[in-house]
Amino acid sequence: MNVPENLKYSPDHEWIRVEGDEAYIGVTDYAQSNLGDIVFVEVETEGEELDKGEAFGNVEAVKAVEELYMPVSGEVLEFNSQLEDTPELVNKDAFGEGWMIKVKISKPSELDDLLDATAYKELLG
Amino acid sequence: MKETPFYTFHEQLGARLESFAGYKMPIEYSGIKDEHMAVRNKLGVFDVSHMGEFWVKGPGAFKLVQSLTTNDVAALYDGKVQYTCFPNGKGGIVDDLLVYRVNSELYLLVVNAANIEKDWDWCQQHAVNQGLIIGKDLVNASDETAQLAIQGPLALKAMQKLCDEQVEDMEYYTFKQISFAGIPEVLFSTTGYTGSGGCEIYCSNEDAPTLWNAVMDAGKEFGIQAIGLGARDTLRLEMGFCLYGNDITDQTSAIEGGLGWITKFVDGNNFIDRELLEQQKADKPVRRLRGFLMKERGIPRHDYEIKNLDGEKIGIVTSGTMAPALGQGIGMGYIDTAYAGFGKEIFIQIRNKTIKAEIVKLPFYK
Repeated sequence: MNVPENLKYSPDHEWIRVEGDEAYIGVTDYAQSNLGDIVFVEVETEGEELDKGEAFGNVEAVKAVEELYMPVSGEVLEFNSQLEDTPELVNKDAFGEGWMIKVKISKPSELDDLLDATAYKELLG
Repeated sequence: MKETPFYTFHEQLGARLESFAGYKMPIEYSGIKDEHMAVRNKLGVFDVSHMGEFWVKGPGAFKLVQSLTTNDVAALYDGKVQYTCFPNGKGGIVDDLLVYRVNSELYLLVVNAANIEKDWDWCQQHAVNQGLIIGKDLVNASDETAQLAIQGPLALKAMQKLCDEQVEDMEYYTFKQISFAGIPEVLFSTTGYTGSGGCEIYCSNEDAPTLWNAVMDAGKEFGIQAIGLGARDTLRLEMGFCLYGNDITDQTSAIEGGLGWITKFVDGNNFIDRELLEQQKADKPVRRLRGFLMKERGIPRHDYEIKNLDGEKIGIVTSGTMAPALGQGIGMGYIDTAYAGFGKEIFIQIRNKTIKAEIVKLPFYK
């Protein structure tokens, strides 16, 4: 299972890539592989301030629906609109083109609570 | 947890295995969409050994099956299969099933895996009342019977390579007991749950590995793939086929569930609940099972509410998915008859939104 070193991870299988005070968020390779074929990513929280652990959207596979949670608090700046028509990008490139939202981080200290690649790999066992 | 005789093949293929109806079953191999399209365009093989098989034998066989099922068993002939259901005596359904007539004193009933125990109790109870002997006149062969479904437009062509008997031109919903792939006798049936044609093959557990290997070899040149229960569900739903436990249950009747076509009020067919169902048909049921197509982005799911334009609840979704061959959300559900006309607009409550849908005639996939 692919777990890039340069990302941080939540126990809910979201990843976050920090760029200054902004960050990209998506679901991990493990999450997409467990969901199977992803057919719908719904994010309607653009412009909203959300707390860590709050749902920012939903991802639907053929047979399952899962909520997507904020790994840190912040404002949802952008939804990856490519996923509207090609949600399968999450399956194909979970850590790249399959990113889901861009956020402005409001509490940078929360990043310290997240898992690094080594700890996340341990969680996956 | 039980395993089917094909279990090691699923493991070798790297299937995602999950518990279903007491069996560890393959849910998906390469992915639901890929598997779904393989069956629509080529062919695929499903392990459906978890299904239940009951044999009904002897001079009392016809009467038992006729009284237990809504369809007219008298319309069957040797080698013919019939889709039917067991009414439960209270206006609901015990299970839906296939009835095979081998001859006038030998029938095979194929029931859903999740209902084997319930169905067996139900059949036993009525068999005993009619003087049949359990173990002799009514036999539960579920644990000894393996079954593969080979489905898709190329399925019969591929299977023809494995037997001398003509199977490629077999009529839909018929069967033959034949020598196949070196196995002295299998039951070869042109039935299935996908709407893409093909067959279902029953054999003994001992012959199962031989059957799997032969089917895979014969299908190789046509691009055969193993298909899991995930795609089995999307394939059946695109056809509008009912799934017991979702679309029909012990709380829904055959008339409400759109199974009037297998409920035959003909002379000599005195099945359980006949009067009640005949009355319901005459009075028109208060709700109907309908298929609907999402007109806006959204995927309906089991138990989502169905609403009218005013936001009032008018029904409940029983099955829903993103249809792989259509690329659109589809579903089935019970809708109050007043709102259940074809072409009518309804709304599905998906999380905090109501999404527009249209009631359509089934199947979704043509």
